[in-house]
Amino acid sequence: MLTADASQAAAWRSLRQEVLDGDPATRAAKLHERAQATRRSILKMISDAGQGHIGGDFSVTDILTVLFDAVMDVDPEDPRKEDRDHFILSKGHCAGALYSTLAHTGFFPVSELDTFMAPLSALNGHPNRVKVPGVETNTGPLGHGLPVAVGTAIGAKLLKSGSRVFVVTGDGEMQEGSNWEALMSASHQKLDNLTVIVDRNRLQQGARTEETNGLDPLDARLAAFGMEVRVVDGHNYNDLIEAMSPSTTGSPVAVIANTIKGKGVSFIEDRVEWHHKVPSKEQTLQAFQELS
Amino acid sequence: MTTTTVLTDAPTFDNRQDFADELIALARTNDKVVAVCNDSVGSSNLTKFRDEFPDRLINVGIAEQNMVGVGAGLANAGLIPFVCAAGPFLTGRSLEQIKADVAYSQHNVILCGMSPGMAYGELGPTHHSVEDFSWLRALPGLDIVVPADGAQTRAAVRNAVADPRPTYIRVGRFKVPHVSEDNVGLERGKFVVAREGSDLTIIATGTEVSRALWAAASLAAEGVSARVLNAAYLSPLDEDAIKDAARQTGAIITAEEANVAGGLGAAVASVVGQLEDGARVPMRILGLKHFAPTGSTAFLLDHFGLTADHISAAAREVLHRD
Ligand SMILES: Cc1ncc(C[n+]2csc(CCOP(=O)(O)OP(=O)(O)O)c2C)c(N)n1
Ligand SMILES: [Mg+2]
Repeated sequence: MLTADASQAAAWRSLRQEVLDGDPATRAAKLHERAQATRRSILKMISDAGQGHIGGDFSVTDILTVLFDAVMDVDPEDPRKEDRDHFILSKGHCAGALYSTLAHTGFFPVSELDTFMAPLSALNGHPNRVKVPGVETNTGPLGHGLPVAVGTAIGAKLLKSGSRVFVVTGDGEMQEGSNWEALMSASHQKLDNLTVIVDRNRLQQGARTEETNGLDPLDARLAAFGMEVRVVDGHNYNDLIEAMSPSTTGSPVAVIANTIKGKGVSFIEDRVEWHHKVPSKEQTLQAFQELS
Repeated sequence: MTTTTVLTDAPTFDNRQDFADELIALARTNDKVVAVCNDSVGSSNLTKFRDEFPDRLINVGIAEQNMVGVGAGLANAGLIPFVCAAGPFLTGRSLEQIKADVAYSQHNVILCGMSPGMAYGELGPTHHSVEDFSWLRALPGLDIVVPADGAQTRAAVRNAVADPRPTYIRVGRFKVPHVSEDNVGLERGKFVVAREGSDLTIIATGTEVSRALWAAASLAAEGVSARVLNAAYLSPLDEDAIKDAARQTGAIITAEEANVAGGLGAAVASVVGQLEDGARVPMRILGLKHFAPTGSTAFLLDHFGLTADHISAAAREVLHRD
């Protein structure tokens, strides 16, 4: 198991305070700076490892940044404290984005990111809670995170811990039936402490979602399953923060975050082949410039 | 006498190419052949199939339980469905559909576990398909075919179309050398004798077959005569070949890119253990015993003791020649 980096955690705490204290413009600027730094780490990790899922990493980066830097109550130095807020990345193929976010939060040293997918590294291609603090459950097979989030939310209610539970799924991932079983129980159980965020980038592995197995009207479908639905620009920091606010109806919240797969790099954005393509040396340089 | 020689620097190939080419060739002459997949057109090598037969590729999206159920329905309607998905999601996610809708219902679905074993290397245990032998061997009425190279992969596809029955085929992606002739056939329920030998028998499957042949060649140089059996079918199991190996040679080693709990080695051991006194030979079972750490496929095969050197070492140990 990796261990926390105290100085990184301290830096994250003061940044988080500045974000929370800042006016909306300052807040957005600080979060953008953080998110771009996270994207640059991801780029380096994937470029060095020669593997990874850059498109989905970049579409979810702003969401992760907002959750960790402005919304959730977590302690990188006590990653399993019982009353923490829980975050589950159900689209586990975007482990690179999660690792980078966790490292910048201080759960483990940023230098560890250099081992991404190297032999015997804790940082596998998909996240492993046995080795990486801040990871709540092992994901990779799509359609697992949401049921585990539902159980975690029920548990938090039983323990009266006040914990909130956040889970991010891919939009293609919502084709898995397990998610809809979980949504049914979430609304049946009135889990107002649960927020499901769908990274709605409209692309899956091999094609656009609507050309494969269409999800629309996703808002109406989620509402029909009893969710309090919020549709938001998944790259607008202040709107995302607002969308993460607690349930107002007593029902679990579903946030449809409209995102761009590959967000931040012109030649990666909204292109299906960048689901798991790896940038060449020149492309990596260009991407670095665009993210700086 | 059969002696398959595979040079250690022989060129290596991804079996998915042969799989796709054979499937397309058969689809041209048999319009009952259809393919089903889970957002895996590219990773299942079905792009050309889709281009040529757009109506005969059913991509259900990321929904494997539905995918196997749909496959059973297609078979029920009279088609020959090849259901293609990465091994772990095909077998793990849809295990109950495979049990009830395919094996128990005897719908003639051809389940194609793409990139099985640890082909996905660094993507880790969620993406490794190393439990498939254990899970699927427990299902009566389901054939399990593990081709060791491209030609055998083609043979498995041909068998499935010529005589459709509930079948699981491992379609390898980790590159392996050729261990058989072009156009080789596979006889249902039979191991392939890859090399004759009398001191001990190595029973290997899939990616381990070429490694077993390399081990046998180096053992021969030490004066040890190793028989190599290619377990191309795990179900039905070639019990006769196993019994002959035990009665005619002094020990059995099995090698599989799979978990040893319930896999090839366990299948062989359950036959050997029930033989008459004097025929029960010592065994070594090589395979996985825990979830893989991070690493490439080649790294992990070494990590788990599945190289030719490990096989030779096990042979020396079991024959007390170390
Ligand atoms: C059960 C399962 N089936 C298939 C896959 C292979 N797979 C990995 S990522 C992916 C596409 C996911 O698309 P989406 O959920 O939209 O994620 P994103 O666009 O954010 O990358 C697929 C099919 C998997 N990981 N798990
Ligand atoms: Mg998507």
